[in-house]
Amino acid sequence: MIKIVFFAALREQLGCAELSITADTVKTVADIKQLLSDKSELWQQTFGNASLLCAVNHDMVDGSHLVKPGDEVAFFPPVTGG
Amino acid sequence: MSNQVTLNKDKDPEISIQANDFSLADEVALLEKENLTDGAVVTFTGRVRNRNNGNVVTTLTLEHYPGMTEKSLAKIILQAKERWDIGRVKVIHRIGELSIGDQIVFVGVTSKHRQDAFAANEFIMDYLKVKAPFWKKEKITNAGQTSENWLAAKTTDTDKADLWS
Repeated sequence: MIKIVFFAALREQLGCAELSITADTVKTVADIKQLLSDKSELWQQTFGNASLLCAVNHDMVDGSHLVKPGDEVAFFPPVTGG
Repeated sequence: MSNQVTLNKDKDPEISIQANDFSLADEVALLEKENLTDGAVVTFTGRVRNRNNGNVVTTLTLEHYPGMTEKSLAKIILQAKERWDIGRVKVIHRIGELSIGDQIVFVGVTSKHRQDAFAANEFIMDYLKVKAPFWKKEKITNAGQTSENWLAAKTTDTDKADLWS
């Protein structure tokens, strides 16, 4: 399984903080985005936002990053701390 | 895994993510305690402003990504240590609901001479702004109406951080 977590405005838009998917249908972060986009129109619109960031196991990655079972994949808006 | 920052299970003494307030005096005392080599102590404190984009702000709520926050800050501190000759570093970031005037963030750096501590402090703050996974949600009042907004990231912050690369 791959754990997927969402933060801040993204979490609120989706009404979802985390979910799990089986690892056998996805190879990359881009595959996960596609899989999530296919859930509904809301998810498709939300993941159409080009500024969304992704981290795998707490490191920032891009769409081509390979994922494996046990990974924690996070999606979130650009950060605004400090 | 060789080029990744490994975090001890024990709490990293240089980083604190906390709901509670902090004391500037206590933090400076810790940076200086039994530190006889460093002549410079540079501190930055960030606070909640009463206005943002023309709106009256009532509260600010900070969300973060536990685990990644600490890892990204550790990486930023490591980069600063590689780049400048600095001694001690402390980064504190508060989370949860904050009010106007509350302290949000603290960065303290010591060094033998002032230039390294000044530069490293600014670098850590600039990188924290664009790399550490924190998000601010503000509660604002506009013409008697209260609303909540997630703040948008500013390109000026990204541009400022890019100046270091």
